[in-house]
Amino acid sequence: MPKVSMTVNGKAVSGEVEGRTLLVQFLRETLGLTGTHVGCDTSQCGACTVHVGGAAIKSCTTFALDCDGAEVSTIEGMANADGSLNTIQQAFQDHHGLQCGFCTPGMVMSAAALLKENPKPTEAEVRHYLEGNICRCTGYHNIVKAILAASGQDVSAIAAE
Amino acid sequence: MPKDGHIGPATKRREDLRFLTGKGRYTDDINVRGQAYAQFLRSNVAHGRIRSLDTAAAESMPGVIRIFTGKDFEGIGGLPCGWQITDKHGQPMLEPGHPVLAQGKVRHVGDPIAVVVAETESQARDAVEAIELEIEELPAVIDMKAAVKDGAPLVHDDIGSNLCYDWGFVEENKAAVDAAFKTADHVTTLELVNQRLTANPMEPRVAVGDYDSSSEHHTLYTTSQNPHVIRLLMGAFVLGIPEHKLRVVAPDVGGGFGSKIFHYAEEAFVTFAAKAINRPVKWTSSRSEAFLSDAQGRDHVTKIQLALDKEGHFQALRTETFANMGAYLSTFAPSVPTWLHGTLMAGNYKTPLIYVNVKAVFTNTVPVDAYRGAGRPEATYQLERVIDKAAREMGIDPIALRRKNFITEFPYATPVAVEYDTGDYEATMAKLEEIADLKGFEARAAQSKKNGKLRGLGVNCYIEACGIAPSHLVGQLGARAGLYESATVRVNATGSLTVMTGSHSHGQGHETAFPQIVADMIGIDAGQIEIVHGDTANSPMGMGTYGSRSLAVGGSAIVRATNKIIDKAKKIAAHLLEASEADIELKDGKFTVAGTDKSVDWAGVTLAAYVPHNYPLESLEPGLEETAFYDPSNFTYPSGAYSCEVEVDPDTGKVTICSFAAADDFGNIVNPMIVDGQVHGGIGQGIGQALLENTVYDENGQLLSASFMDYAMPRASDVPFYTVDHSCQTPCTHNPLGVKGCGEAGAIGSPPAVVNAVVDALQRGGHDVTHIDMPLSPARVWAAMQK
Repeated sequence: MPKVSMTVNGKAVSGEVEGRTLLVQFLRETLGLTGTHVGCDTSQCGACTVHVGGAAIKSCTTFALDCDGAEVSTIEGMANADGSLNTIQQAFQDHHGLQCGFCTPGMVMSAAALLKENPKPTEAEVRHYLEGNICRCTGYHNIVKAILAASGQDVSAIAAE
Repeated sequence: MPKDGHIGPATKRREDLRFLTGKGRYTDDINVRGQAYAQFLRSNVAHGRIRSLDTAAAESMPGVIRIFTGKDFEGIGGLPCGWQITDKHGQPMLEPGHPVLAQGKVRHVGDPIAVVVAETESQARDAVEAIELEIEELPAVIDMKAAVKDGAPLVHDDIGSNLCYDWGFVEENKAAVDAAFKTADHVTTLELVNQRLTANPMEPRVAVGDYDSSSEHHTLYTTSQNPHVIRLLMGAFVLGIPEHKLRVVAPDVGGGFGSKIFHYAEEAFVTFAAKAINRPVKWTSSRSEAFLSDAQGRDHVTKIQLALDKEGHFQALRTETFANMGAYLSTFAPSVPTWLHGTLMAGNYKTPLIYVNVKAVFTNTVPVDAYRGAGRPEATYQLERVIDKAAREMGIDPIALRRKNFITEFPYATPVAVEYDTGDYEATMAKLEEIADLKGFEARAAQSKKNGKLRGLGVNCYIEACGIAPSHLVGQLGARAGLYESATVRVNATGSLTVMTGSHSHGQGHETAFPQIVADMIGIDAGQIEIVHGDTANSPMGMGTYGSRSLAVGGSAIVRATNKIIDKAKKIAAHLLEASEADIELKDGKFTVAGTDKSVDWAGVTLAAYVPHNYPLESLEPGLEETAFYDPSNFTYPSGAYSCEVEVDPDTGKVTICSFAAADDFGNIVNPMIVDGQVHGGIGQGIGQALLENTVYDENGQLLSASFMDYAMPRASDVPFYTVDHSCQTPCTHNPLGVKGCGEAGAIGSPPAVVNAVVDALQRGGHDVTHIDMPLSPARVWAAMQK
């Protein structure tokens, strides 16, 4: 089987994979990074969102071999160096932006990509950006609120604190 | 219970720390050393007879360990149904068998036929492709009304009919109801469809079976809302494994919404196969497979009629509903269109006479069972839609018509067998008018008109019966289970507590909310309390989480167990303080002799319990651990008033939700942040049903909506920020917390608000539209406008 090497959350890793092995399978099964989830098989739900080369991509429709040599970040690499929650993660906790937690890693990774591109998004921009991330628990209210809060905007006027 | 201390604040969720850092432990994250992987061969036709099944080629594929077929399950019990309905003639419902793997016939697309167990998931999948299967396709029945006509193909030949039951409720009231309709001043009739939905928790189902041949001990890891129920059903009815040899673990579960209540064939399969091959066996559902194998929800076709007098007082209500069971009876399916639906038809109103008829029908489709709300959304939708239609027909303001008929005195015994303990429907309606600024609607409508849009306002009320349920009552109604909840409170020597609950959290925040209760009762920091759930090895027999029951039933069990702890701790404190037990007071984690400054703190007592050097050993056992079971004496009855404002694009029929407001009465609130979140999520799902979601079969029984490409899940851009309020609180009178439950309200209350709003918008735009069936897609709304 071919060998693939990449940098995941700052660490050099490698492993043998089949040609059909998906990046999410490599992360979850070979590396044991089970924070990245699989919620569908049509690239719709976004639970598998990770960053490759700084861009948010869906690891359920990316071959592991295509990421040879790439810089990959997953939810496990998002916290601050001291282990505390980063700004986005903290905003999700502060504003109850998660319930069952299954879509959450993908939501956080998408939110991070959004705020890198657009540091002060409007509500509409946040909602539009999340079109590839489905949450079944929250009705999105607190996710959108958390992302706006993480961008440093005042969310105190948003209904139903 | 006073709202101070730890009950009441919006405590942040402790479980978030692991979910936000990728440290959640879901079932698919569990890998047991040496595990093999299972993949199912499922029927690709809706109805057929298996002519041949040849696994020889597949067995020689790389990595294949063993292939199982229906033959391996001959003589093994089928999946049981947990609720028996008695029909209007006093006869039990028809109850067909539900094999783990097909026995000769397949009855829906997705019906499992064979399973490959292989070294890797990919090898198992490859080998499934190599199984040679020949099915003689039979005519399928998909439409419910066609299914009950003479000569329709039978889903189950052996039971002789596709009519599972014909239920009348309350049968004795039927004649009086019909008589009231004959003399009524006004009768409003509405025929509607509550379309089939797919629950779609974001985590697909997973099951891992493990077997220890040395102890003959089975372990099942599964995505379940109620591991003890799975242990009982699978152990006693399917595989014949006694409870002490079977452990069921449901770790972090990524949402359920009802679909993970039920016992599924895949759970029984991996448990069976692990023993058969003496290796752990894992099955992980794909999303496409989930659409074909998770029990689906709703699917009612209803005719409802409301009789009113000239002033608009409701005189009588009657309904006739066809409820789809799918191809087999899922675990609690028969209860949903009956006891969880018929008993709610009084709603918030003083309708003196009600008759509900439900015909449950087998079709060649995926089984249907409880989905968030389960029967209560169907009841609320038809009732609140027919009231709205009646108001428009009679020229009465829809809110005024509701107010005129509100129940105002409690307790209130409805004509459909339930007694509401508390409520204040006027209060929630008044609160709604305030938070939704309903007075400002006309100005907003005028502005929308200027922008070329049709604006509409929809308002409705809802009530639900939840906190399910008194065991003695549900036993009379056909439940083959009790519906209590359990808790064990284990106090550790240095004063920290471990609380084992039979409730199961799959997003509801129990790990945060339950400690708030215990901390409040003892007066210690909530951080000293940890919740353990989801493992039959760790907690006493419990019934799990559904029907908005965790806090009302499970929380009450925790209160009872904690009270037992406090009682015993007071005895220990009395001994240590050389005082009478009656004089001991517990406040802020300190035991004091009343009227003195003599005290001992919590940890002093707990240490004495486990290091009983100075201890009343002659009258009291050492240790501090108590178990309680709580069986409620009634359902709880959350209620509320919801409103939705929409804009309809007259050129395209596209509906935009401009605002959504919910004023709920959940009784006392433990953690308002979690309650808000539950309501938001329910509203999101309700808007999904109203505008987007639809589970569609073609006439041959092929599921057309079998992926997220085809089944429209609500996205962030489909919904607005919601305005929610739960300051109207009439505490439940019969549980110790005074709580009512909030998990399903949003999903129950929101679909009629959206549909009422769209109908209002179209009528304001001059269109003679009185009803559109959900989902209100642009195509359906546009078509309605062309009439």
